[in-house]
Amino acid sequence: MLKYIAKRLIYMLITLYLIATATFFLMKILPGSPIAAASKLSPEQEAIVLAKYGLDKPLPVQYFEYITGLLQGDLGVSINQFMGVEVTTLLLDRIGPSFQIGAQAMILGTFIGILLGMIAALRQNSWIDYSSTFAAILGISIPSFVFAAGLQYWFGMKFGWFPVALWDDGFMSSVLPTIALAMSPLAVAARFIRTEMIEVLSSDYITLARAKGASRSEVAFKHAFRNALIPLVTVLGPLAVAILTGSLVIEKIFAIPGIGEQFVKAITVNDFAVIMGTTLFFSAFLIFIILVVDILYGIIDPRIRLSGGKD
Amino acid sequence: MKNSKIFWLLGLVLVLGMFLAACGGEEATEEEVVDEEEVVEEEPVEGEEEVVAEVPEELDEPQVLELIESAEIPTLDSSLVTDSVGFNLLNNVNEGLYRLNEENIAVPAVAAGEPEVSEDGLTYTFEIREDAVWSNGTPVTANDFVFAWQRAIDPATGSSYGPYMFSGVIDNATEIAAGELEPSELGVTAVDDSTLEVQLERPVPYFESLMAFGTFYPLNEEFVTAAGDDYATNSENLLYNGPFVLTNWDGTGLSWSLEKNPEYWDAEAVNLEEINYDVVKETSTAVNLYQSGEKDRTALSGEFAMQYASDPELVSELEPTLFYLKFNQERNGEPTPLANENIREAIAMAFNKEDLATVILANGSLPADYLVPTDFAFNAEGEDFRDINGDLLGYDPEAALEAWETGLEELGVEEITLELLGGDTELSKKMDEYLKQQLETTLPGLTLELREVPFSVRLEADEAQDYDIQFAGWGPDYQDPMTFVDLFVTDGPNNKMSYSNPEFDALVESAKNELALDPEARWAAMAEAERILLEDAAIAPVYQRGLMSLQKPYVHNIVSHPFGGDYSYKWAYIDGAE
Repeated sequence: MLKYIAKRLIYMLITLYLIATATFFLMKILPGSPIAAASKLSPEQEAIVLAKYGLDKPLPVQYFEYITGLLQGDLGVSINQFMGVEVTTLLLDRIGPSFQIGAQAMILGTFIGILLGMIAALRQNSWIDYSSTFAAILGISIPSFVFAAGLQYWFGMKFGWFPVALWDDGFMSSVLPTIALAMSPLAVAARFIRTEMIEVLSSDYITLARAKGASRSEVAFKHAFRNALIPLVTVLGPLAVAILTGSLVIEKIFAIPGIGEQFVKAITVNDFAVIMGTTLFFSAFLIFIILVVDILYGIIDPRIRLSGGKD
Repeated sequence: MKNSKIFWLLGLVLVLGMFLAACGGEEATEEEVVDEEEVVEEEPVEGEEEVVAEVPEELDEPQVLELIESAEIPTLDSSLVTDSVGFNLLNNVNEGLYRLNEENIAVPAVAAGEPEVSEDGLTYTFEIREDAVWSNGTPVTANDFVFAWQRAIDPATGSSYGPYMFSGVIDNATEIAAGELEPSELGVTAVDDSTLEVQLERPVPYFESLMAFGTFYPLNEEFVTAAGDDYATNSENLLYNGPFVLTNWDGTGLSWSLEKNPEYWDAEAVNLEEINYDVVKETSTAVNLYQSGEKDRTALSGEFAMQYASDPELVSELEPTLFYLKFNQERNGEPTPLANENIREAIAMAFNKEDLATVILANGSLPADYLVPTDFAFNAEGEDFRDINGDLLGYDPEAALEAWETGLEELGVEEITLELLGGDTELSKKMDEYLKQQLETTLPGLTLELREVPFSVRLEADEAQDYDIQFAGWGPDYQDPMTFVDLFVTDGPNNKMSYSNPEFDALVESAKNELALDPEARWAAMAEAERILLEDAAIAPVYQRGLMSLQKPYVHNIVSHPFGGDYSYKWAYIDGAE
C-alpha cells in the first residue's frame, strides 16, 4: 500500500509539472496586458513596469524562473488585483470559505441524494420513486444560480431566516449557499444510487441472499448499497473538486470571499501569478482526490487491489 | 482505470486551455479609458439637491453608513493605485495639498492657503498646515510630498499613474520616468518642514485640481521605509492623514471599514463615525441587501434601473464620462473609407442618440452632441464650458444621407463594409446591434460587421489601429476641458485613428503654452478646437454616462466628484433614520 502511494505521489508530481508547463504557456498567449493601467503608459514606461515583474524576459527564462520559484514554494505575487500580495496568502485567505461551503454542500447533497436514490430504488415505480426522480431531474437541469436567487429572495429577504448575503454571520452565512450548491451532488447521487441499486437488486446474488433469508434492510445496505457506491464514488470525485474549490456563481451571488470567483477574475485581468497558483492548487487537489477515490475503491470492494495484485 | 485517469488529466488541461483562451483579458479596471458597463459597478451617489444640505445640530445616533463597493482593494499605496476603488478610498483616508469641496472646487487642504505662484506660472510655493498630522501623530511635512512624488515617478516603483500624471507637468518628470534622470531631480523641493516648492515644466492652469488627485498625496518616508514590501498591503501597514482611517482590511478580503480620524485637522467637519463596506458584485444581491435594510445605498444597472425608475429613493447623477465612435482613417497602412470626411459625417449623424440613451441605456445617460461633457468644467464666472459651443454634430438622418451619397460618389463605390469594434458585455452588444440597425437603415449600401471583444483586447486593437469604427469612452484625469480635447492631437498616444488637423493641433498647443496664463483666450481656443474636431467628424459623440442608484432618505451630503476619488464622505451624515 505504502509503495503504491509513494509511486502515485511521484506520478502526481510529474503530472503537476506537466500541468504547470502547459498552463504557463497557455497563459502567455492570453490577449491583453497584465498591467492595470497599460493604456496610460508610453511604451517605454510600460517596458519599465514589465521589467519590474520580470515579464520583459524571454519566455524560456520566465518559464525557468517560474519553475525554480515553484520548487522553492514561491508562487509569486499578484500583479494587478492585489498588488504585492503573495499568491499563497491569497489562496489561504480565500480557500477557507470555498472549502467550508463546498464540504457542507457535498455532505448534505450526497447524504440526501443517497437517501433519495435508495428509497426510489427500493420503492421502484411508486410515487416516492417518481418524486425522487423528479427532484434529481430538477437538481441537474436547474442551474445553481436559480436556486441561489430563489433561496436568497425567500429565506433571506421574505422570511428573514438567514442572511441575504455576505460572509459575516458565521455558520448562518453559509446555510443558503450550501443548500444552493448541494443541489448538484444531491441530484447526481440520487440518480446513480437509484440506477445502480435497481440493477444490483435484480441480480442473482441478491435473489440468493433473499432466498437464504436475508432481511430487507440487510439486502439493501449490505449488498445492494455497497455495490452501488463504486460508480457513485467515481462520479463524486471530480464533482467534489469542482465544489470544494469554489463556485463562481454561488460565491458571486452571496458575496462570499472564495477562490472560485477570484480565479475567474484573475484570468480576465491577466493576473499571471494568481492564474498559475490557483490552477496548480486545483490540479493538485484533483490529483489528490483521484488517489483518494482509488483508495476508496479498495475499501468499498476489497476485490479491487490497488497495486494490481502484486502486494 | 488508468485510461480514465489519463482522460481526467487531459480533460483538465484542455478545459483550462479553453477557459483561459475564452476568458482572456476581459475588462480591466481603468480610470480613464472606460468600458460601457463599468458604470454598473460603481458606487451609488447622492441626490443633487443634497450636496450642500445644512447639517442639523442634533444628528442621529449612531452615525454609521453602510456601503457597497464594486470590487476588492488592489492596493492603497498612493503611488500604485490605478483603480476607482483605490482612488475613492484614498480620497477619504488621505489628503493632498488640495481637496475637491462640496461644489467640486479644488480648495486648500493640507496646504495652509493658496500657494504663491511665480509670474511665469512655473513655480508654486505651498505652505503646509501646522495642524496636519498623520494618524500616528507625526506632522505632515513638505518632505512627505517630496518623498511621495519622487517615489511615484521613480521607474523602480513601477507606478502607472506617476509618470502619466507628472510627465509634462512637474519639471524633469518625463526624463525621470524614461530613466534619463534621477528621481531626486524632480522639480519638487522641501524648502523647510512646512514649505514646499514645486517647479512646473509649463504653466498648468488646472494645477491646483491636480493636487487633489491621489498620486500627488504625501507619504511618510519613515513609515513607508520601515514597512518595506508590506507597506499598504493591509490596514495596519498604512498611515492616514484624511477624514477617516481604514480598519479591518486584510489585503484581500471583501469587507473593511472606515472610522473617523480624530487626528484629522478638520475632524470637526466630519460627522460619520463609521462606514462599513462590503464588496458585492451582483446587482441583484446588492439590491436585496438594500431592500432588506442592511445597506444604505446601491447602484442600479440595466433592468434594475428601469425597474426602479419611479422609486422615490432613486437618485441619479450625470458623470463627466463621454462615449463616442472613433473613426479610423488608416488601417494596415491603407486609408479606410473613413478617411473621407463625408462618410464620417454621414455615420456620425445617422443614428438616433436620444433613443439609445433613454431606451437602451435607461440609466440617466444623456445623448451627446459634444466632446467635452456638460456639467464638468466651469470658468471663473462659473459658466459651463459646454455653453460656448452648444451642440455639434447631432442626429440628422437627411443630412446624413446626403453626406453619405456624396461620400460614396467621391470614393467611386456603391457599397461599403465597415467593422465596428465594441465590448463583449451585454450592454455593449445591445448598443452595437442598435447602431448597426440604425446606420444600415439610414445609409443604404453600408454593411456594419460587429466585432465584440473583451476590454483589454479592444485596447490592443486600438493600439495597433486594427479597426474601422470603435465604440470608445473617456473619463477625465483632471477638471479641465483639455483632458478631452488633448486626446485627438496628431500622433497623440490616444489618437490611434490617424486624425490630423494642423489647425486643431495649433489651438491645443497654444492652449497648453502661450495661452496658459490667459484663461479666457485659452478657454476659447479649446472650444474652437472642439468645434473643428466635430466639424471634421473625426469622432461621433454618442452619449454622456449617467448613473442611477437607490439611497436611503436618511443619508445626506455625500459628495460625488468628476475625477480622482469618486466620492467624499467627509461631509456626509445620517439624519431621519427610524
